[in-house]
Parts: sequence; C-alpha cells; structure tokens
Amino acid sequence: MATLAPTFPWVKGAKDDYRTCPVLTLKVDMHAERLIIANAVMAVLTLTIGGIAALLIALTRWQTFHLLDATWFYRLLTLHGIDMLIAWMVFFEIAGLHFGSTVLLNARHAAPKLAWLGFILMTIGGLTANVVVLFDPRNTVAYTAYMPLKASPVFYLSYILFAVGALIAVATFFINIVVAKREKRFEGSMPLVAFGFMTAAILATYTLLQGAAAIVPAFLWSMGVISSFDPGIYRNFFWGFGHPAQQVNLAAMISIWYSLAQITVGIRPVNEKFSRLAFVLYLFFINLGAAHHLLGDPGLSFAWKAVNTSYAMYLAVLGSMMHAFSIPAAMEVALRAKGYRKGLFGWLRNAPWKEPGFSALVISIVIFGWVGGVTGVVIGTEQINMLVHNTMRLPGHFHATVVSGTTTAFMGLTYYLIPLIFRKELKLKKWAVWQPYVFGGGMLLLSLGMITSGLQGVSRRNWDITFAGVVPGTVELTLAIFGIGAILAVIGGIMFVTVVFVSVLTGPRTEANRLLLVSGDGNPVLESTKLTDHMMEDKQNQPRGAFVLVFAFLVWFAVYYFTNWWLLGRTWFIR
Amino acid sequence: MLAPEQNWWKPMDRLEKTWLTVALVWCIFLTIMMPLWYFQGKQNVPTETYRTTPQQYAVTVNEFVAKYQIGEESINGIPFPVVAPPAGSDVYIRASAWQWYPILQLEKGKEYRLHLSSMDYNHGFSLQPVNINLQVLPGYDYVATITPTSSGDFTIVCNEYCYLGHHTMVGKIIVK
Repeated sequence: MATLAPTFPWVKGAKDDYRTCPVLTLKVDMHAERLIIANAVMAVLTLTIGGIAALLIALTRWQTFHLLDATWFYRLLTLHGIDMLIAWMVFFEIAGLHFGSTVLLNARHAAPKLAWLGFILMTIGGLTANVVVLFDPRNTVAYTAYMPLKASPVFYLSYILFAVGALIAVATFFINIVVAKREKRFEGSMPLVAFGFMTAAILATYTLLQGAAAIVPAFLWSMGVISSFDPGIYRNFFWGFGHPAQQVNLAAMISIWYSLAQITVGIRPVNEKFSRLAFVLYLFFINLGAAHHLLGDPGLSFAWKAVNTSYAMYLAVLGSMMHAFSIPAAMEVALRAKGYRKGLFGWLRNAPWKEPGFSALVISIVIFGWVGGVTGVVIGTEQINMLVHNTMRLPGHFHATVVSGTTTAFMGLTYYLIPLIFRKELKLKKWAVWQPYVFGGGMLLLSLGMITSGLQGVSRRNWDITFAGVVPGTVELTLAIFGIGAILAVIGGIMFVTVVFVSVLTGPRTEANRLLLVSGDGNPVLESTKLTDHMMEDKQNQPRGAFVLVFAFLVWFAVYYFTNWWLLGRTWFIR
Repeated sequence: MLAPEQNWWKPMDRLEKTWLTVALVWCIFLTIMMPLWYFQGKQNVPTETYRTTPQQYAVTVNEFVAKYQIGEESINGIPFPVVAPPAGSDVYIRASAWQWYPILQLEKGKEYRLHLSSMDYNHGFSLQPVNINLQVLPGYDYVATITPTSSGDFTIVCNEYCYLGHHTMVGKIIVK
C-alpha cells in the first residue's frame, strides 16, 4: 500500500492539492479535508460541553435529585442551548457544506482562506459565548435572550461573531458550486445530497441575516446606543433566526439521511424529481415557521398566525411527508433488489441493523417523524398552541426533532467520516454498533417524559416546578422517565465522543477500502452493488412495505391531532 | 449521493402519486381546521391588543384593585389583594418579576375581559390546571375574553424565563 500523505501542511510531506478517495473514487481537495476536520472537531467539542450541561440540568429537573441551585440551573440551561442548538449544529453543518460543495462534486475548494476566516470567527464567537455565560452572571438570559432581559455587550457580540463566521463559511459553499460548475467538475445536475445541502445553505443565509436583525439591535441597546427596542419585534426577528435555523438542520439532516441510506444499503433515489421537489417546498415555505413561536403573543391577528404557522398550507409539512416516503421506499427497493423480498417487511428484518449508519438512520427517521414531526405540527396549530406554549411539551417536541433526529443522523454520519475523511480506522466498533440504540432509546424516553409532563402543565425552563404546588403527583413519574432517558442519552453521547476521539487520536492512519464499517463481512450483498434500471423498475421490488408504513404514520398523526383538539375543547372558553 | 442520472425528470409511479395526493389532502384538511375552529370553537387565541406603557398599566391596575378589593390573601408569605370584579367587566393582572398581581375572584360561567401586561420582562401566563398559556409582554395590553367553566382555586405559573426568581412567580385566580 502506498504511504499516505499527511493531511495538515505543517507535517512533512503534506500534499497541497488533492488526493483520490479509493472508495468513492472522487477527488478530495486537501483544503476541504482540513476544513471538514476542523469544523467536525469543533462540533464534537461543543457537543461534549453541551452534553455535560445537559446531564446536570436534567438531574436538576428530575425532582428526586434536584441537583443544581437555581442560578447554576439557569446558567447551564443558557449554555446548553448555545452549545447544542447553535454551535454543535452549525459547526457540523459547515463541515457538511464543505463536503457537499467539494468532494461530492469532485471539485476543489475555491476559497479556503475565506473559509478559514469563517471558522476562526465561529470558534472565537462560540468560545466567547461559553466563557461569558459561565463567568458573568448578567448573561444568564437563556439562549433566546428575550429583550428586555439585558445581557452584557460581549454576549451579543459573541453571537454576532459566530453568525458572521457562519455566513462567510456558507458563502464559500456558493463560491465552490459556481467554480465547480464553471470548471466543469461535474456534469448535468448536482447530486441529490449536494442539492439538499444547497437548500440548507440558502435557508442558512437568510436565517443568519434575520438573526442579525434581532441581535444587532440588542447589542446596541446593551451598549446604551439605542434606548429601547420593541420586545415583540425582537421575538419576531429572533424566531426568524431561531426557527429557520432548525429548518437548516432539517435540510442538512435529510441530505444526510439520503447519504446514510446510500452508504449502508446502497440506495438510488426512487424518483429524483419527487425528492428534489420536496426540498424545493422547504425552500419556499419553511421560512414562515417563525410564527410557531408567536402563536400566544399579543398584537398579531388570527389570519397572520394561521397562514404563517401552517407554512401557507402545510406545504413544508408536505415536503417532509414526501421524504418520509421516498427514503424508506428507496431503502426497500434497494434491499428487495438484493434479494430480501419475503412478505411486506422481509427487507426490514434482513436490514443491516448492526451497521451504525443504518441504525442511526432508522432511529433518526422514526423518532423525528413519529414523535418530533407529529408533535410539531400539532403544537403549531394556532389554537392548540394555547395548551402547549412554553410547557415542557415544547422541549419534548424539539428534542425529538433536533436531537433524536438531527443529532443521531449527524452522529451516524460521523462514523463514516472517520475512515473517509480523517483516514483513521474506526476503533471500538462494538460501541459504535450499540451507540445509536442507547442514544436513540434514551432520547425517546426523554422526549416522552417531557411531553407527558407538559401535558400536566409542567413549564419549561423552570428550576422547581413543585414550588407552584399545582402539578399532580404523576409528574414525579413522568419527570423520572425524562431523567432516566437523559442519563441513557448522555451515556450514548459519551460512547459517541469516546469512539470518535479514540479512533481519531489512536487509530492507525489508513486509507479506507470500503464504505461499510461493521456489516460488510457478514453481508456481502450489501456492499454497494450498483442498482440497475431494471432492478429499480422490477414489480417485485416495489416499495409496498414503506407504503404501508407511511399510512400507519398518517393514522397515528390523525389520532394525536384529534386528541389535542379534544383536550382543547375541555378547557375554559377564551377568545 | 454521487452524480445523478442524466435525465432524472421522470414521471412518478403509482405509489408516489398516491402518497403525494393523500398527503396533500391531509395538509389541506389541517389548513381548514384552523378557520373552522376559529368560527365554531369556544377556545381561540385572543387577538385584542392595545399599546400601553408599564407606568400607565400600573395606574389602571391600582385603580381596578382599589375599586373591587374584597380581602387579602398571601402567596409565599407576601400579601396580595383579592379582587372580585362584576361579571362582564374588564379585569386586570399585572405581571412583574416575580409576581402576578392581584388575586382575582371570578364567577363560574360568567365572561370577563382579562387584561395582561408586564412591568418589565417577558412573562408567561400559564393557568393551571386548565392549562391555558399566553405570552405577556411589556408595552402590550393583551385582552383575553375568558369564561371560567370550572370552579375552585387556579394557579398562575410563569412559564417564560424572567431571571433567577422565575420559578417563584406564582399567582392565583379563584372561581366561585
């Protein structure tokens, strides 16, 4: 085997142009590779800090332990929001954007210096936010920092630095695409996964600009430059950032779903048009979702709330429901084509459940859709929101989307980045096999515990709910379910971080020679056999099982939806 | 993940078309439910709002309390006036870090125009156990026309983070 050229330029013998990935037979620009590694490492680091905070705040809300005092609880809650919802997600997505705009297109990184500038600004911003939240008591304002809660100017500045850095990094994505197209690095359309990342990048651009519209006035106000700013307008702008930021996560996650499905079962999209149309629906309609956070706010009309909260006509939800069919369908067709044709679900029984990318993919899709998606649409229904606003059902929903869904998918993909991009052998493979189940199982319990607590009126962001003396005794039980889930998820998180760092720091440096990490040897048919047109169109390979699954999903969706109308109908009359 | 087929603009097959149609119908149904409930349902999100200032609102609340106070009750050791306004009237609650002021005494089955505003930060009006949750902002006088349909003592929890004493912010509505 040829000796491997080092990745980083300060190591002797480093190449400064590109290498060819033997598995994907694509060019990997070394600039892009370094950027991907740097961003991924920062992502996992911030995930680790946010995870420590997660454990401590969960053990505080679990009334039996009630670990932290109030000040530390609110402080770490602020930190947890910033590290998880902003730093971990955005760093990982930027790594994804660098990957999508270079490796997948067989292209070079056209603006590495600019991309490094972005990375440095994001790192400074992210670390500063951590430091000022931990050491300056003024900054215990939660990650939303609703005016007129006033943090120190440095707090807002750290947000701005991070956002500017992210904007610059996103800009290099577009530069790369344009340059790759001009240099004819790829022919015809962009690959679907890159198309999905493009959706994420477009969403990210105006998301970050809207964030500036909220945070810049807050920054000026904290410095005394402007005397006041309307708290309702701040909420509108903040959620113009905060909500679409989750849609960036969504678009990135779905791109990664397609990637993982391709890596682990060798799918071909059943219909590219169908999948791309679903991404386009996100692009047009998902930005209206800021209204989800303002449904209980004064000053807004029913019409404004209803049109915006429903993404015009639930057209972004339609996009998600399309992916919810197209991805499992593609997996089914691929597995059937490889011989697992028995019954409706024979393909599922014979799927590579030990392959971490596959289990992470399935866990991510199932919890995201069945728990996160369904609860999200219900909470976002204008009137039903009154039962839910700021109760624990809310974090119950978004932990199912952004953690069980997005984070699980990101973790799953990370395992494959280790051989392909870090060029290290994956260590602790057994841990990697179990990790998605431990993490996903824990997160599922956590979400269910939060949702059932919220149904009983427990509010979010509250150090001691029993103080009010109103919650029924069953809350002890649901908060315990939440707490046990949190501990399991943290164990899953520790397993993930351990596998990543042990592999990256101690694994032997080696060029990857296959895609699958675990199940390749026992399951040779799974190794990316190329699906032919004939296989795709064969009647025997039709995705009937996936079709049944989406209808089961729809039934559950309807049951949960109508149950909530029923609950609403039982409460006081209000208008 | 890699390059797509050159010509990917192909007609959808039967299963895809069916699912797309069913999903679209469901989306349209979800859309229609909201206006339907708006006109037919008894529980809708209040929209009536007026501009105010903390100073102005505080004056109104004090006048309201002076006019209808019938007693005093303490919450967490702090005395609060108990106010029993006539049915159908405008009633006021003032949110501030970390109090809901005053305690209201209402009659079951009667309608009231409940005004909510904040003196300082965002607060969350969370009425338990009926589980009605609304956002309260400074500078906005938010009017919810409510009819209690059950009687007893109800607790107002603050469910929007308002600094370190947030969890101690508890109020009360009594329904006779």
